[in-house]
Amino acid sequence: MDFLRPAGWEEALAAKAEHPGAVPIAGGTDVMVDLNFGRRRPAHLLDLTRIRDLFEWEAGEESVRLGACVPYTTILERLRTELPGLALASHTVASPQIRNRGSIGGNLGTASPAGDAHPALLAAGAEVEAESVRGVRRIPVDAFYTGVKRNALAPDELIRAVHVQKADGPQQYAKAGPRNAMVIAVCALGLALHPATRTVRTGIGSAAPTPVRAAAAEEFLNAALDEGGYWDSGAALDASVAGHFAELCAAACAPIDDVRGTARYRRHAVGVLARRTLIWAWESYRGTGRTTEGAS
Amino acid sequence: MTSPRRATTPAPGTAPAGAPTRLVQGAHTSGGIGASVLRPDAGLKVTGRFAYSSDLWHEDMLWGHTLRSTVAHAEIVSVDISEALATPGVHAVLTWDDLPTEVRHYGLEIQDTPVLAHGKVRHHGEPVALVAADHPETARRAAARIEVEYRELPVVTDETSALAPDAVLLHEHRTDPCSGRVPHPNIVHRQPVVRGDVARARDRADVIVRGEYRFGMQDQAFLGPESGLAVPEEDGGVHLYIATQWLHSDLRQMAPVLGLPEDKVRMTLAGVGGAFGGREDLSMQIHACLLALRTGRPVKMVYNRFESFFGHVHRHPATLRYEHGATRDGRLTHLTCRIVLDGGAYASSSPAVVGNAASLAAGPYAVDHVDIEALALYTNNPPCGAMRGFGAVQACFAYEAQMDKLAKELGMDPVEFRVRNAMTQGTVMPTGQVVDSPAPVAELLRRVEARPLPPQRPWESGEGADLRQLPGGLSNATHGEGVVRGVGYAVGMKNVCYSEGFDDCSTARVRLEVMGGEPVATVHTAMAEVGQGGVTVHAQIARTELGVAQVAIHPADTRVGSAGSTSASRQTYVTGGAVKHACEQVRRRVFEIGRRRFGTRHPAWDGARLLLENGKIVTEDGEVLAGLAEVLRDEVVEVVQQWRHRPTEPFDPHTGQGNGHVQYAFAAHRAVVDVDTELGLVKVVELACAQDVGKALNPPTVAGQIQGGTVQGLGIAVMEEIVVDPVTAQVRNPSFTDYLIPTILDTPDIPADVLELADEHAPYGLRGVGEAPTLSSTPAVLAAIRDATGLELTRTPVRPEHLTGTE
Repeated sequence: MDFLRPAGWEEALAAKAEHPGAVPIAGGTDVMVDLNFGRRRPAHLLDLTRIRDLFEWEAGEESVRLGACVPYTTILERLRTELPGLALASHTVASPQIRNRGSIGGNLGTASPAGDAHPALLAAGAEVEAESVRGVRRIPVDAFYTGVKRNALAPDELIRAVHVQKADGPQQYAKAGPRNAMVIAVCALGLALHPATRTVRTGIGSAAPTPVRAAAAEEFLNAALDEGGYWDSGAALDASVAGHFAELCAAACAPIDDVRGTARYRRHAVGVLARRTLIWAWESYRGTGRTTEGAS
Repeated sequence: MTSPRRATTPAPGTAPAGAPTRLVQGAHTSGGIGASVLRPDAGLKVTGRFAYSSDLWHEDMLWGHTLRSTVAHAEIVSVDISEALATPGVHAVLTWDDLPTEVRHYGLEIQDTPVLAHGKVRHHGEPVALVAADHPETARRAAARIEVEYRELPVVTDETSALAPDAVLLHEHRTDPCSGRVPHPNIVHRQPVVRGDVARARDRADVIVRGEYRFGMQDQAFLGPESGLAVPEEDGGVHLYIATQWLHSDLRQMAPVLGLPEDKVRMTLAGVGGAFGGREDLSMQIHACLLALRTGRPVKMVYNRFESFFGHVHRHPATLRYEHGATRDGRLTHLTCRIVLDGGAYASSSPAVVGNAASLAAGPYAVDHVDIEALALYTNNPPCGAMRGFGAVQACFAYEAQMDKLAKELGMDPVEFRVRNAMTQGTVMPTGQVVDSPAPVAELLRRVEARPLPPQRPWESGEGADLRQLPGGLSNATHGEGVVRGVGYAVGMKNVCYSEGFDDCSTARVRLEVMGGEPVATVHTAMAEVGQGGVTVHAQIARTELGVAQVAIHPADTRVGSAGSTSASRQTYVTGGAVKHACEQVRRRVFEIGRRRFGTRHPAWDGARLLLENGKIVTEDGEVLAGLAEVLRDEVVEVVQQWRHRPTEPFDPHTGQGNGHVQYAFAAHRAVVDVDTELGLVKVVELACAQDVGKALNPPTVAGQIQGGTVQGLGIAVMEEIVVDPVTAQVRNPSFTDYLIPTILDTPDIPADVLELADEHAPYGLRGVGEAPTLSSTPAVLAAIRDATGLELTRTPVRPEHLTGTE
């Protein structure tokens, strides 16, 4: 196994073009596990850690551009205002040590249905900046996940950054797992209110072959909020609205039974998380939400 | 391993005015028993500088690697090592055919485990071949090039498939001592315990409750994986540096396989990163030595976490069917139970685990009429053996669930019901053995009950809530929705030391000499320090018994006699007892030397009781007769002593009667949990413990044992389980990604009440500490979750789907 250490981005793109099978590695929190388990043994590893730009982030008017190697710790410490959903998701990732090394770029590259960032990215709205020697393109995150641990990158492409829409309203993220820390999501749910467009977006993790949005649930909720005049009145949500939204989120799942949990549990828990996160976000929109340390 | 420790605090001064002035040995020497002496390995371990067995290194060493079976039950049609052998950098590839002698099996109690698979593999991950190479990665790759052709056989995975009349037999042609007494060849060992008249007692019962309980397979999850370094020696022998629980037990199993006399197999304890029973059986010991002897080079083997899950035995999963009866006034009438333990493919310590489960099946309760049966199966599941609590854990989970059921049926408070039936000193066990030392079962329950309860819904008070107080923690799963508080109680009993007639002895070598003008004691035993704090306690005992400040602990090795296993909560009792006994002999010799040199100077040398305190020989009244340095001069006093606890007896094979145990340890817990009833997530808020330790030789270590045992019990209550596929018998979660152990955010407050009621039979009155808290923690948590949810919950660990009806 050759270890390629490009000093700059252009060099990295050239290396990836020359060795399309090369596996990019930054924090190594996914790649090293695979190597240690012998799950993969690529001919080349492409180390991105010498490319300083990838560790930079920048807040623009509409979105935050996160370099592919920006670690979770930075997001949860520095970007709680701009990216509250992603900050919450980042806080649920593994342990402090892993959060110091693991990055959103890595989460996208691995594209595991259990990746903690995905539901938050889907809910907030994001684009993946992919680049190869052939040029740059932006892939909407909704179109990025193509299968179990598969994504829309071409073999010669690398993730350079992610553009995440800045929050224009409350966002929430919750996950279920049988341990109170350092647990892989049995299922997870991200939810973002977008008062600017009067829409709600969702993201569901670990409950389908890929991270997914609950499209029917969003449509229902958008209509219900609109018809009920909720955005203007700021009234408390009718329980039946939250309840039906939860059912539709559960219905959006296509879960499996595995060693971490049953399909029935996943579907059930996604419904519970959907109802809860909607109520938290909505109460926050109404200005009545209590603060919960680490959850605001 | 351990450097000499200097006492930093001066000895207490003279006794307060008015107090009796009679001294007891060691009372005025600081750092002795009962003192909160800091453990010598503490700083090194918390700063990451402690050298574990995986850190061993030798010039020219090779790396060993094990090829393991990918299937659970199969005939081995062929093994082709040619490609592996031809790999550059590979120095040896060994299979069964290369074993040097006719002894090719080993085992703690039954020698049924092949050193390398022969003809058949019986469980997933069984060792098939060994490789030594000059780089660990080379060894791994070469092992992957060994071609093994398997012809798969039907798998035996549970009681039904194991005990069917036409069941596939795991071990045909058994000749082991248990084989003649078992009703089916797929039963490793069976032990009934029968006493009284259950049929008549049942007639007197006003209520009868029955339950079937299931206990999952728990892993010891020690953090330092199996590792060691074998160094060939010039005399044809081998020196193994190894992380183990019992050097001499390893040695006895290794030497015949290696074809060496025991004195040519030298063993030195390397840094041990936890054990909990998982290092009682051999792992890579023989393998590394075989490779070293074959190649003539030092060979290091280190398992990674994945391999470690296959490299040691686990806690027996169990199915336990219980029936209890009670009268309306809350007195137990009878107990019947059948405990089926899954021993997996090889016997390991299953027979002794069965003995414990059977003899302790009733728990710490007085019940005169019992019909108990415990047995262990041979299956194609991973082998199971020793783990903290050893058979008593599974039983405690079941009988404590039964106690709650009975209390509920009778409309009684669960603590009151337990107290009413609690055993006391003098109670006769189901085995007929009289409990002849304090058994403060009721007191322990009362103490945990009397503690104030932690505040309800803490996240609702104050400014804002902290997610870490809630079920799910930082996963942000709830802000209080669906969360219900529950409280539960449990108490358990565990035998201390080896039982059933085992000759459970320890050896200690103690040396006293003057170095640089100061008396220094050296304690040499073969005790495995696995983190339990034995080295600290040995130094404390030597200070107390010899009245010296400086004690050096010699590295543990086989140049001194056996210290028995660091198991069964026994090391402070037995090896501590041996150190104490050896020190007493040293003290006597010192007094003899003193008398010889100075006897004529002072009448107290003759007749009066002498003591050693602060490096001096003093009278009982505190008068100094001489300094140790002037008495000993150049003389070195050295004593080697064996020490045994009171003998035990085997249990009768048919009735289970017999004085099988030495001592019992008791602990009680009160668990307070918050359960998110919608998501099935559990936050254990508090696990209050009360335990009788007889005498706390090192109070912080006792507290550590209580905390560790409590958390290990919590783990199997709510998350820890090795999941074995019921169809293929393959392990599905051999990693810390999916085998979850509690993190610090899962660890509750553990307030502990430590009682010190002396057992007159034990050194210093002490009672083994390490295992008892593991027993009651699990059922207390389960009881609390039942209290919160109203669910019956008959299996552990409880998973979120069990609490939400989504299995």
